[in-house]
Amino acid sequence: MSIRERLSGNEAIATAMRQVCADVMPAYPITPSTELPQYFSSFVANGETDTIFVPVESEHSAMSACIGSEAAGARTMSATSSCGLAFMWEMLYVAASNRLPIALAVVNRALSGPININCDHSDAMGARDAGWIQIFAETNQEAYDNFVQAYRIAEHPDVKLPIMICQDGFITSHGVQNIELLEDDVVKNFVGEYYPESWLLNPEHPEAVGPYTNPPYYMEAKYGQLQGLINAKKVALEVAKEFKEISGREYGLFEEYRMEDADYVMVMMGSAAGTCKDTVDMLREEGIKAGLLKIRMFRPFPGEEIAEALKGAKVIACMDRTESYNSQDGPIGADVKAALFNAGMAPKVLNYVYGLAGRDVTVESLASVFEDMKTVDETGEIGDTYRYLDLRG
Amino acid sequence: MAYNFKEMMNKPERFTPGHRMCAGCGAPIAVRNVLRALKEEDKAVITCATSCLEVSTFMYPYTSWEDSFIHNAFENAAATCSGVESAYRALKKKGKIDDTYKFIAFGGDGGTYDIGFQSLSGAMERGHDMVYVCYDNGAYMNTGIQRSSATPQFADTTTTPSGTQSPGKPQYRKDLAAIIAEHHVAYVGQTTFVQNMKDLHLKAEKAIYTEGPAFLNVMAPCPRGWRYDSPEILNICKLAVETCYWPLFEVIDGKWVLNYKPKNKLPIEDFLKTQGRFSHLFKPENEKYIAIMQEEVDKRWEELLKKCEE
Repeated sequence: MSIRERLSGNEAIATAMRQVCADVMPAYPITPSTELPQYFSSFVANGETDTIFVPVESEHSAMSACIGSEAAGARTMSATSSCGLAFMWEMLYVAASNRLPIALAVVNRALSGPININCDHSDAMGARDAGWIQIFAETNQEAYDNFVQAYRIAEHPDVKLPIMICQDGFITSHGVQNIELLEDDVVKNFVGEYYPESWLLNPEHPEAVGPYTNPPYYMEAKYGQLQGLINAKKVALEVAKEFKEISGREYGLFEEYRMEDADYVMVMMGSAAGTCKDTVDMLREEGIKAGLLKIRMFRPFPGEEIAEALKGAKVIACMDRTESYNSQDGPIGADVKAALFNAGMAPKVLNYVYGLAGRDVTVESLASVFEDMKTVDETGEIGDTYRYLDLRG
Repeated sequence: MAYNFKEMMNKPERFTPGHRMCAGCGAPIAVRNVLRALKEEDKAVITCATSCLEVSTFMYPYTSWEDSFIHNAFENAAATCSGVESAYRALKKKGKIDDTYKFIAFGGDGGTYDIGFQSLSGAMERGHDMVYVCYDNGAYMNTGIQRSSATPQFADTTTTPSGTQSPGKPQYRKDLAAIIAEHHVAYVGQTTFVQNMKDLHLKAEKAIYTEGPAFLNVMAPCPRGWRYDSPEILNICKLAVETCYWPLFEVIDGKWVLNYKPKNKLPIEDFLKTQGRFSHLFKPENEKYIAIMQEEVDKRWEELLKKCEE
């Protein structure tokens, strides 16, 4: 029996963190993910979990301790946001290259500077090449469900990579929504016990982790990592199938919303997808064939599948909640265009930077993007392909 | 605690030959003698900061370490070790581990006094049952002898070169053992390679087998950076102690104990003249710097005697 609740995204993730029965959680406070170590500490204080909480002195040490703990053979998790994730950056690569399936709850927030505590995706996007699996959520329910599925994907023998479960700072992390939680034992059985292939605390066989690696081995190690990441797509779909059996909720690599016959498709991820769905519904009533492709799994990037899903689209708008300063597109824009190119497709693609540092994303402003797509389609003129949405004049 | 040199040297090595460290380097001496203090039946996980020690002893696919070993990065050996130790407690609590494990982290002075200082301070404050061993050779030797906060005043390094306008490093060295003692940890010891390794052995044993966080500061000379003839290493260590440049002491539950008081405290020149990094100080125009250094050594020695109620 699932449990109906009203929870914030952070409360939902904290609940999942308790239910997955991790062994160790090193963490450090930073807005807006601070509540996660807070909630978790109270679980520890009240004997509601066996997990050992390690209150480290920085995010760098949080990820360092995660690496030590996971390598030692313990299921390990942490939580962070923004500059905290940036401070972990060096260690993110080490976690991935050591093939350690750590789960990290990322509550997305703008990077400094200027300093700002509100939502955008610049933190996770900055870490997109670190070799981690990255999964994004539109709602509190999705954030919870994704965290429940996290270890099944990350720990799979064909994957063995760390995973970021991302949700939007404040918008979902502090926004309270109706949610259906799974019972503790259902989650426990679903996630299962962790049996690593090799670990430091194996009394039968001492293990060595983190060697100096010369050129004859380095590239092979990186290629092996890539294969694990590629496998994460298949594994995520298998895990989603099993998750549906216990929850009734369906997940893919991305969600297609009213895409069947859509001429104009918005590609985005995170909480603004909810606003986009309303926008699509409104435009459909007006007879405009609008659709949404909401990315759930950003790393590995499901390029082939996305290109296939965009086959019927006349104009596409890629929505990036970050600025990546390559001066021609954002991360979603770049990856979608590469996927289309690889598939031999050349539709018209606009790329928008939107909602930085918590700037409101409204139905009106997203409708203006669909309007722009329609204009491009009707005039054949694409104009500036890299645009800022709702920039004050 | 009894110390039988012959018996100790016959214990099976947990740090095996075949590594690529220089002849006459102090780091492997520190490691071998610390690991000898482990009971044979006890298992250990070793953490190592990026350093000469790490890149020369664990080059894929070879390792010199008999125990489980993890290298993570330069500045985070203490945090990494704290993660391993937390995993041990978690798995032990869940009944997944029966064996007794000990947790020892090694780092050079750059990775400990400087870039790893925060990570070390955090791990010590959190009270993990671990030992952090700094092998202090007083500079960033792995990257080519750059100054660290452990480099003694007036030493010639590649970022504090002596020249017509400079006598070498302008600043005093940081007193890390005292700083860690101020964390009120279970055990702090400062030592080097003297007395047939007895002092080092006994301190390593106390550090490993005292519950809670412990810190060992081991002066470990570097033939490249200090510029000495390799066989001279033990003589240099002896002179460091006899001049009171590197006093042997420990802090047990907050109580400072002096382990050795030279009968005739030797002048600092005796230590300085054994090493090329100080050779510029013996030019006539630089002699005043030796006097300044002597003053600092005397001052710190007097402070230590007071702390130890000697």
